[in-house]
Amino acid sequence: MSSTNNTEIEKIEDTSLVSDTEKSLSDSISKKFPNVQITYVNPNRIRVNVKREEIIDVASFIRDELHFDHAESVSGVDYPEDNQVEVVYHLGSYTDPSLSKQILALATRTPREDIPHPGNDNTKLPSLYDVFPSVSFHERECFEMLGVYFEGNPDNRRLLLPEDWADIPPLRKDFAIKGR
Amino acid sequence: MSERILPGLQLEKVDDRIMTLNVGPQHPGSGHMRIILKVDGDYIVHCDPDPGYVHRGEEKMAEYRNYITNIPHLERPVIHDSCNILYPYCLGVEELLGLEVPERAKYLRVIAAELNRCVYTQYWLGIYGIFLGHSTMFMWPVGDRELFIDLLEKMTGARVTHSYFVPGGIRNDVPPNFEDVCLRHVNYFEKRIKEYADVFYDNPILISRTKDTGILSREDAIKLGTTGSVLRASGVDFDIRKKEPYDVYEEMDFDTNVLKEGDSYARSKIPWLDMFQSCRIIRDALQKMPKSGSVRVKLKPNPRGGDTEVYRRVESGRGTLGMHIVSKGKPQPYRLKMSVGSFRNLIAMPHLLTGEKLGNLPPVYWSLNYWPVEADR
Repeated sequence: MSSTNNTEIEKIEDTSLVSDTEKSLSDSISKKFPNVQITYVNPNRIRVNVKREEIIDVASFIRDELHFDHAESVSGVDYPEDNQVEVVYHLGSYTDPSLSKQILALATRTPREDIPHPGNDNTKLPSLYDVFPSVSFHERECFEMLGVYFEGNPDNRRLLLPEDWADIPPLRKDFAIKGR
Repeated sequence: MSERILPGLQLEKVDDRIMTLNVGPQHPGSGHMRIILKVDGDYIVHCDPDPGYVHRGEEKMAEYRNYITNIPHLERPVIHDSCNILYPYCLGVEELLGLEVPERAKYLRVIAAELNRCVYTQYWLGIYGIFLGHSTMFMWPVGDRELFIDLLEKMTGARVTHSYFVPGGIRNDVPPNFEDVCLRHVNYFEKRIKEYADVFYDNPILISRTKDTGILSREDAIKLGTTGSVLRASGVDFDIRKKEPYDVYEEMDFDTNVLKEGDSYARSKIPWLDMFQSCRIIRDALQKMPKSGSVRVKLKPNPRGGDTEVYRRVESGRGTLGMHIVSKGKPQPYRLKMSVGSFRNLIAMPHLLTGEKLGNLPPVYWSLNYWPVEADR
């Protein structure tokens, strides 16, 4: 696996590294959802960028047709220069042995506000709780750490931060560690 | 800030039957975590785990430090398993920087990772024993793990926080007679852990306390996204060392342990059975390892990754440990997300404890192979 640029749609140069599994997975997604952007297809890793309106449909398709059955992690990444927060779901499969190597990164973006009001501003995404119940605590963590409210998650309370935390979400880029 | 209900702070109607009970965060039986229980008499009717007591912001700290200076603090979440928690980080950074690890270093990494897995499992087993009131099962594992701690001290120079893995290999080679000493220790260790069956795993008191408590079905284990021993105790054969082998695990001769019961007893047995496989792996690696060669590639000062991201995962003592590293061409990672087994298994906890008796809290909770500091990060 090389450290090539993959900011644009750029499939890996050496196609021999990519197996048929990855190709067929990415083809079936792009066939069903033409608006979806497949950012890269690396060995054992596929990344799919979707709009937030589409994420539930794409996730349901990935679960029902491609047999990914759980989320390993939900990581939020703050992009202040784009004025967006990105949320990446890393999906895996226990039930399908041919997919046990694969991790499908399902990414979506939501607008970001300079002065955040977590839960009451525009930084919202539909929750994937109904599709993958395993995201529950991960989304809770993402909400408190990046201020992305997940509509539909039954539990959006605080998880790791102290009860009296009154600052902005700490994994936002404009939250600076003192002395650094 | 928006108005939000915080865990444990809700105002509740005083009811004559249901009582709220806080277990932790300083109670030794809960680890560094609070479990908010609602009990009806002796039965748990609602369980709300509240982690975060030892949250240190490892992910935020990583964004401020270079790829190399991230090593010592990233292993802090689980110091007894510090090699395995650095493993995905090193694999990810190697992928970002395009480094090729020398052959001898790959084998030594596998040996160090397996020794560490045993050290962690022994510590966890000691805690599991003492919270079931079995003092011998605390003393034996804590004593026996000293063997492997000594070995790791010989390898790395430190007893617990080794900082042994670096991107591009390992920090230093092992001392000259290491292989003989290691083989001797591993053989003795294996003989010792066999005796745990007599005193603990075949003990009727343990069996009566843990059998058929906290049952997690195969479907629920998959649906809740559990991992590691919890998943394998519920009948799902999934181990990253087999499914997505990293370094030289592909060439190692070992089996994964799978049990079908899904109860506390099965969950507590899997890590113990895994230790026998670890001994097999170490012996195999010692045999197949090249006898000499470099153990580390030379890095440029302050290496920079490209404009890309990686997600690498390994099998730690508590299950799959994944790291998502986003790089923006700087010497520091732009974002580092750790997906840890303890946090993922925590999702299963309310599911397991609801409906159990209060006395079953320690056997069910500790069978999750949960390490609060790792879950909090």
